[in-house]
Amino acid sequence: MLLLGLSIIYPLIFVVSASFSDPLAVNSGQVTLWPVGFSLDGYKAIFEYPLIFRGLINSVFYGAAVTVFATFATIAGGYAISRTDMPGHRLLMMVFVFTMFFAGGMIPSYLVVKSLGMLNTPWAMILPGAMSVWQLIITRTYFQVNVPKELLECSRLDGASDWAFFIRVVVPISKPIIAVNALLFAVASWNSYFNGIIYLTDENLYSLPMVMRDILLQNSFDPSKMSGVDPAQIEKLKRIADQLKYALIVIASVPPLLIYPFVQKHFVKGMMIGSLKG
Amino acid sequence: MKTTIQVAGESATTPAPVIVKAPEPRANKSVSLGRRMLRAWQLYAMLLIPLVWVAIFCYWPLYGIQIAFRDYTPAHGITGSDWVGLKYFVRFLSSYQFFELIKNTVVLHMYELLVAFPAPILLALALNTLRQKVFSRIVQLVAYAPNFLSAVVVVGIMTMMLSPSTGVVNQFFSAVGLPRIDFMGQSEWFQSLYVFSGVWQSAGFAAIIYLAALAGVPPELHEAAKMDGASQLRRVWHIDLPSIMPIAVIMLILNIGSILNVGFEKVLLMQNPLNLDISQVINTYVYQVGLNSAVPQYSYATAIGIFQSVVGVILLLLANWMARRITKSGLL
Repeated sequence: MLLLGLSIIYPLIFVVSASFSDPLAVNSGQVTLWPVGFSLDGYKAIFEYPLIFRGLINSVFYGAAVTVFATFATIAGGYAISRTDMPGHRLLMMVFVFTMFFAGGMIPSYLVVKSLGMLNTPWAMILPGAMSVWQLIITRTYFQVNVPKELLECSRLDGASDWAFFIRVVVPISKPIIAVNALLFAVASWNSYFNGIIYLTDENLYSLPMVMRDILLQNSFDPSKMSGVDPAQIEKLKRIADQLKYALIVIASVPPLLIYPFVQKHFVKGMMIGSLKG
Repeated sequence: MKTTIQVAGESATTPAPVIVKAPEPRANKSVSLGRRMLRAWQLYAMLLIPLVWVAIFCYWPLYGIQIAFRDYTPAHGITGSDWVGLKYFVRFLSSYQFFELIKNTVVLHMYELLVAFPAPILLALALNTLRQKVFSRIVQLVAYAPNFLSAVVVVGIMTMMLSPSTGVVNQFFSAVGLPRIDFMGQSEWFQSLYVFSGVWQSAGFAAIIYLAALAGVPPELHEAAKMDGASQLRRVWHIDLPSIMPIAVIMLILNIGSILNVGFEKVLLMQNPLNLDISQVINTYVYQVGLNSAVPQYSYATAIGIFQSVVGVILLLLANWMARRITKSGLL
C-alpha cells in the first residue's frame, strides 16, 4: 500500500523538483527525487515567452467564462427539470438523456461550429463546453433528494413564484452542488485542448494545454520567438529548455490540484446520488 | 390557492385536511394542462439555456450525420449534396486499413479493460481493509490527485521522464548497466504506456464509487465472520466483494459498450510517426481523414464515426444481455 502511494506521487514530486533545480543538473540527470541546486529560470522563461503567457491568460479567460455561464445554466436548468410537477418534465428529461446515448460525432459538430461562424473565435472555446448533460442530470437528482417538497409548499402559500423560491430558498441550501458544478466545469475547461485543436488555428487564441502540446510533445520551443533577446541569451534559453518544460507542467497542474480537495468533500455524495438514482 | 394544491377529488368529499399534502405529479387533473403549463412558465424559462444548448450542440450535429450518406462538399451544403447511399461505409469496410484500425482499437481497449477495470476495485478493497484510517485518508487524497490533470500534462510528464537522453528512467537504466530504451518512439511500448499511465491517472478516483459501496456494508457481518474464525482474506472475498459486485457489473457493461471508443485525446497526444502502426485507432483516424488533412473527407469520416457508434450500441446491448443472464443484474 505504501509502495502504491509512493508510485502515484513520485512523478509529481519529481516534476516539481526538476522545475526548481539547476538546469545543468536537470540536463545531466542528477535530479532523481529532491531538487539539486536551485533556480527559477524555468519559471522566468515562461513569462518571457509571449506564446505561453498568452496561453495562460486565454485559459484563465475561457475557464472563467465557461464556469460562470455553465454553472448558472446547469443549476437553474437542473432545478427546473427536478420539478416533477412541471408539465412535460418526462418528455424534457428524455430530450436530455437521449443526447447521452446518441451523438453526432466529431465532423458534424465541427460543421455546426463552422456554420455558426465561430471558427477561430473565443466562442469556439467557450460555448461547446458550456453545458454538460451528465452534470445537469446529477444536479437534478441532487435537488430531488435534497429540496423537501414541504419547503416549496410553504413558499407557495406565502405567494412566492418559482423563480423567487429558486433564488431565495434553493440556491442558499444547495451550496455543495453549486461548488461541485463550478469546479468540474473549471477543471474541464482548464484541461481541454481538443476543441482548440479542431476549432482554432490562430496562435493568439490558443489555450495553455495547446501551447503545452506544441512545446512538450512537438518540441517547437523556439527561443528566437521571445521578445528582444540577444544570441547569448538564446544559448542560455536552449540550455534551460528542459527546465522550462517541467515548469510548464507545474504551472498547468497547480490550479486543478488546488481545487480538488474542495471538490472531494462534496464529490462522493454528488456522484453516488447522481449515478445510482439517475 | 388552497384547493389547487390539495388533491382535487379529496377536497370535494372530505373536509379540508389540516396538513396540506404535496401534490402528486399527475393528481391534479382538474386544472387544465394549458393553465398548469402557463403557471410553470418560470421553470421553462430556467430550462431555456440548456435546451437551446442541446438543440445546437447535440441535435443539430445529429441532423448533420446525413452527410455520411451524401457526397458532402461545403460548396453545396448538407441538403444540396447528392445522396450516395452506403458508398462511404463500403469504402471503409473494404479499405486496407480497416482490419488494422479495428485490431488496434480493440486490442488497446481490451488491454485497458483487463488492467484498468480491476485496479480501482483492488485499490478500494485494500483501502477498506486498512486499519489506520488516517493513513487510508492520505493514500486516497494522493490517489485522487492525478485525475484532475489534463491529458497533455500526463503525456508531458511521461515524455520527460522516459526521454532516452535525459529522462530519469533511462538515467537509472544506464546507471545499472541496462540499455537505454526510447519508450515513446517504439510501437511495442505504446499500449503499455497508454494503459498504465491511465491506471496511474484514474484508478484512485474510480475507486471512490467502490469505496462508497463498501462503506455501506454493515459492520455486523464482519464481526460475525470474525467470530466464526474467518481470516481477513476470506472476509474480503465473501463479504466485501459480493457487496460491490452490482456496481462492478454496471461499470463493466459501460466499459464494453465503449470498446471502439478509446481515450482519444491521450492517444492523439502520444501518437508519433514511429508508433503509428499501433497507435492509429478509429477515433484518431476519423480526425485524420476528416479534419487534419489537406483534403478533408467529411462524408467518409462521418461514416466511420457512425460505424463506430453503431458497433458500440450493439456491444452495449450484448454485454447487458449477458450480464443479466449471468448475474441477474443489468443496466437497462
